[in-house]
Amino acid sequence: MAALAVAVRNLEKRYHGADRNAVDGVDIETTEGEYLVLLGPSGCGKTTLLRTIAGLEQATAGEVLIGGNVVNGLPPRARQVAMVFQSYALYPHKSVLQNIAFPLKAEKIHKAEREKKARWAAGLLGIEPLLDRKPRQLSGGERQRVALARALVREPSVFLLDEPLSNLDAKLRASARDELKQFQDNVGTTTIYVTHDQAEAMGLGDRIAVMYEGRIRQIGPPREVYEDPADTFVATFLGSPPMNLVKRDGHLVGFRPENLLPADVVEGNGSSLTARLDIARIEYLSGDRHVYGTLRGIGEETRVIARLPATVTVPLEDGDERQFAIHERDLRFFDAESGEQTAPQPVRA
Amino acid sequence: MTPLQGRTSKLADREGFLAPLFLLPAVIYIIALVAFPLVLAIAFAFSDVTVGNPSFDWVGFDNFQAIFDDPVFWRSLRNTVIFTVISMLLVIVLAKALAMILIADFRGKWIVRFLVLLPWTTPIALSAVAWLWMLDSVYSPIDWVLRSLGFIESNVYWLGKDTLAMASVIAVHTWRIVPLAAVIILAGLISIPDDIKDAAKIDGAGFWRTLFEITLPLTLPVIAVATLFGAVLTFTDMGVVYILTRGGPENATQVLPSYAFLKGIGSGDLAQGAAIAVFLFPLMLAAAVAILRSVRKMETF
Repeated sequence: MAALAVAVRNLEKRYHGADRNAVDGVDIETTEGEYLVLLGPSGCGKTTLLRTIAGLEQATAGEVLIGGNVVNGLPPRARQVAMVFQSYALYPHKSVLQNIAFPLKAEKIHKAEREKKARWAAGLLGIEPLLDRKPRQLSGGERQRVALARALVREPSVFLLDEPLSNLDAKLRASARDELKQFQDNVGTTTIYVTHDQAEAMGLGDRIAVMYEGRIRQIGPPREVYEDPADTFVATFLGSPPMNLVKRDGHLVGFRPENLLPADVVEGNGSSLTARLDIARIEYLSGDRHVYGTLRGIGEETRVIARLPATVTVPLEDGDERQFAIHERDLRFFDAESGEQTAPQPVRA
Repeated sequence: MTPLQGRTSKLADREGFLAPLFLLPAVIYIIALVAFPLVLAIAFAFSDVTVGNPSFDWVGFDNFQAIFDDPVFWRSLRNTVIFTVISMLLVIVLAKALAMILIADFRGKWIVRFLVLLPWTTPIALSAVAWLWMLDSVYSPIDWVLRSLGFIESNVYWLGKDTLAMASVIAVHTWRIVPLAAVIILAGLISIPDDIKDAAKIDGAGFWRTLFEITLPLTLPVIAVATLFGAVLTFTDMGVVYILTRGGPENATQVLPSYAFLKGIGSGDLAQGAAIAVFLFPLMLAAAVAILRSVRKMETF
């Protein structure tokens, strides 16, 4: 197993005057070179956790370890971390070259050497032509690269990225995400990435840690977190549209919209669960059909969403009543009280 | 076609009417209290008007000739420059330090901010009288403390010796201006985004590097404006000087405004007083233009 890069043990952080912990007992371990994404809605404590790892906030309880050493109480500069901020936080009065070279000044590196390394970092991100400009003369995407170059130049042991793509417009965000992934693959530095955007999380993360109210609800590879959510929060936070939850004697039956399909296209009829869907409305979204309707026959009547891929061409109309089915392997079960996933329950009467 | 409702524009909708209306109070204020006295002062400076004989006779540059021949005028000019430059240097350094203390997050910072502003909110006549006692030749508490601690044998006579009097005037004036400058600089410091300060921490910049490479350059335009205000206030101020020393001893603390007052009102020679006051005008104008231009250059981040 690869060496531990960053570890957080039972970390708690409470701000002055707050009545609850912003980070409430978090345990995380990342391995060398891993891309870990902290995902959660705003106010869930993900940025606080990142800032505590960076040393910008001091932990109220628990430990932060970087490279195996406890770094609680050490200032950011002693932690060998680099951070990219949501706003990029470029120094507006400094040129791009000066911005990138700035972290090296603190390391007492000679001026010529500083410039050489800054040019190397700029080269990796393809921004050499911009070195003499001021940040205000750059586009959003260019600023983001400068911020990355400034983080990279010190060759830190960990990258901490705080929603670095959220200030870009939607079109640019997709390509920037791709570049970010390639960049990390090339550099191979351990990265902790904070976002509220599940597409970014799924696309970038080796593992995703889903946070809510200061706690980690689930941590695992994107596919596992998506397909096998630990509780109803993760189930409904991830996925667009989210997982359908149907109440059925004391527990909840969950299934992803893409797994609820017209009965005649669900293969393995013997092991699937059939129910009637009263279709209320159909949305046509980039090839897929999102079918909104009321589902009867699994548990309580519930509004659900079915997502039909373009390959399913069964004609459907608003107001239709149709048999829909879900393969049994795609069913998940949650405790109705705690919301936590439970063992499969019998679904046939 | 049905007519649109309220299609006729009212008087209040017309920009050509509203804009001048709203500007009017400011314009009246400026004309009555700034432009008119200024024109009057310039007119007086070229006349032989006195308190006893207010009839206006043109005398050309005679008044300027007279004040240029007056050694006290030159001494006052020199004092004004010393007074302004030294107190502004002190103000910038102290105000910057004070602003950094004020921006720190600690218990009771609102009380501290309030107390710090007090010297500025107290009328200068009151606070200068208080300082008069503090610096009194017999009863000075400062002397008493120094004597008790054994630093001095006998009283210092703060306002009685040339250099000490100047130092005292500068100290009191600095004490008065620092809070204002500190609050202006504080506003500048607050306007630096937290992310930038955090980025500097992550980038390993310590206190001095952050100060000289991040906060100072980013607050420079604000500091320049604070300095401009301070310099104008200092250059044209006579309150502290007049109450503490009346320009004495032997004109050692005489500044141009106090000398203009002494000549124009004290001796009744309005024309010469006006000439001294008007002499300040082009100097102030040049300084203001220079500072504002450099601020504009800095602001284009």
